Amino acid sequence: MDFIFIFQQSISAAVGVNAIIFALAAIGLNMHFGYTGLLNFGQAGFLAVGAYTVATLVVSFDVSLWLAFLAGIGTSIILALLLGIPTLRLRADYLAIVTIATSEIIRQVARSVTMREYLGGSDGITGKFGAEFFDLNPFPNGLDTPLIRFTPNDLWVVLVGWTLVALFVFLNWVIMRSPWGRVIKGIREDEDAVRSLGKNVYLYKMQSLILGGIAGSVAGFVYAISRQSVQPDNYSTALTFFAYAVLILGGAARVFGPVVGSVIFWFLLVFIEQFFRQGMSANLIPDWLMNNNQVGSVRFILVGVALMLLMIYRPQGIFGDKKELALNARA
Amino acid sequence: MARWLRNAVMALLLSVIFVPTTMASAEGETSTIFGVMVDKDGNPLQGVEFTITLPDTSETIVTSDATGRWEYVVTVSGSYQVTINPDSLPSGVALTEPDRVTKSVIVFGLGNALPEMKFLTGDGPERASTFDVAMQLALDGLILGVTIGLAAVGLSLIFGTTGLTNFAHGELMTLGAMVAYFLNQLGIHIIPAALLSVGLSVVLGGFIQDRYLWKPLRKRGTGLIAMLVVSIGLGLAVRYVFLYIFGGDKMQYQQYSGQAGLQFGPLSITPKSIVSAAIGVLLIAATVAWLLKSAMGKASRAVADNPALASASGIDVEKVISTVWMLGAGLAAYAGVIMGMNQGVQFIMGSDILLLIFAAVTLGGLGTAYGAIVGSLIVGLFVQLSTLFIPTELKYVGALFVLIVILLVRPQGILGRKERIG
Repeated sequence: MDFIFIFQQSISAAVGVNAIIFALAAIGLNMHFGYTGLLNFGQAGFLAVGAYTVATLVVSFDVSLWLAFLAGIGTSIILALLLGIPTLRLRADYLAIVTIATSEIIRQVARSVTMREYLGGSDGITGKFGAEFFDLNPFPNGLDTPLIRFTPNDLWVVLVGWTLVALFVFLNWVIMRSPWGRVIKGIREDEDAVRSLGKNVYLYKMQSLILGGIAGSVAGFVYAISRQSVQPDNYSTALTFFAYAVLILGGAARVFGPVVGSVIFWFLLVFIEQFFRQGMSANLIPDWLMNNNQVGSVRFILVGVALMLLMIYRPQGIFGDKKELALNARA
Repeated sequence: MARWLRNAVMALLLSVIFVPTTMASAEGETSTIFGVMVDKDGNPLQGVEFTITLPDTSETIVTSDATGRWEYVVTVSGSYQVTINPDSLPSGVALTEPDRVTKSVIVFGLGNALPEMKFLTGDGPERASTFDVAMQLALDGLILGVTIGLAAVGLSLIFGTTGLTNFAHGELMTLGAMVAYFLNQLGIHIIPAALLSVGLSVVLGGFIQDRYLWKPLRKRGTGLIAMLVVSIGLGLAVRYVFLYIFGGDKMQYQQYSGQAGLQFGPLSITPKSIVSAAIGVLLIAATVAWLLKSAMGKASRAVADNPALASASGIDVEKVISTVWMLGAGLAAYAGVIMGMNQGVQFIMGSDILLLIFAAVTLGGLGTAYGAIVGSLIVGLFVQLSTLFIPTELKYVGALFVLIVILLVRPQGILGRKERIG
């Protein structure tokens, strides 16, 4: 067992690209689910729309990367409007079903043969569409320390990514302290009470859906740029559920909840996975119990069980306040 | 020519190196040129014709059998050409590389296993008349609708009595299909295996799940949305436990897997589909009768209406809920077995169809069992018939899109009541 290697991998994951992607995705979900009480189970759709808009525009239409980012934010706003208009007047579980259905529609259309010319079919889009971004990289050497190791490109993505996370956390903090934020939290607690104060609940919910969706699409940008490829099956419902696990682990309705949740989530996930892999290569785990193919499913089993246990025993997560998180306001 | 030469040299070299074995095997040994024709979903294609051109340029025709397998036993080494007849592919299936109908294989050293010859297929144009195709699709749609309906009734009853939107309902289907598969692998015929599997699912997926997971949560006063998230976690965990145990491959039951279709005029249907769908219809009818006539069924409707009032009028609410769970789990397990028989067993099968079940339940009206049945038939028909107009790969997309449109115009669903939605 090479524990140094395991720790190196885990810590790199905890501050790495995946942690950034899921922190951003969960910041968006926090806006929807944590503050407004909207059950958005289609966050993967927002990431997909962001990632695909950037990749398609740059690769197929030769648009500048920076314009493509703007377009990605635009398409995520359109998606939020499309989702919100039919469902935001309905009960929470309708939004859940429609959002999860929409994210699957997006994934299946993206991987279809019909759209292969533009969206690449099931292989997705690969290409150097992040070139304009990596050209700005001031770190030609990357980072190689005993505990953390990054390639030059990864280091640049990670630095910019965490800056984005910090920016979104700050915006989140500012916005939730404003009168707007108080109305949003009021909607979560008691929609009818807010409505009786003369607020247009529908409009507030829509704004929340759009803001969280933008955070999701930025997570999609990081996903696409960091890998220089977009693959439809990365944006399945499992991504949304992982983001929920991150959010609930860190604590919903808390500014730092998604960030802390994501760091801990990825540390644990990679630690456990590497632990099993090392255990197997050192023959500490017998073959009949677990083989290399099965390690991959352990991750999903753990996330599922963690989601259950957290929701049952500590729905407020690490940071949350149980009193604030009245998840049941309208169910 | 160069490749032929290289192969010949290789063959020569090999025969020199392996003189003893080659000598021993040369006598009466054969090789088999073979392939398995499947459509893009992995379903076997029967009756596909292949023309084999022998080294002496004579030709033989072979056809694929019910499992999609075709083969030609080679007794003379040399170069063989295999030409697929694209017109023999079933309607709606076409080659993905239409200009590569002929592939050649060089057989040297008889007795060696040859690699499988692959002709990949995808969606192709329908050749039958539109009306016939529509009839066939409607029939397929009804069968899909019954499968969805079996699961949707249970989902809807559980939602009605407990308020839980169960995102792990698809896994109940997978459980039924997988238990049946394992029993089948132990040598039990699929029919008793299916019965045992449904029985086990009733106990494990219904009674035990409710008794040791949902009942304690209700006692703790866990909120409905929290329970919804719990069901998502449960579904995810269970799905990947299935993957862990079962692996990712799609498996077929040992009986009836490559059953030939019966022809009724333009319609083709396998006997297993007729029987399993008929039993499904009976089960749904029995459930409706149970809801309407039996004391427990009436009690379950009372609980769905108003649990507190039902409890006050002497109904044992927990017992009703437990019964509903067992019923829902049993119906879902049976739906899983039907799916397993028609499309094969895979760990992801339940979650793949879950959204269609939700679409059916929402379409009919959340919480109404009859609505779920109507919704399921509509979704089943729509999914299949929509392939007349949109590519088959997007048929689920069409159904989900319609779900969203329906919510826009009639959010309470077809049979739902308005007060449930606000």
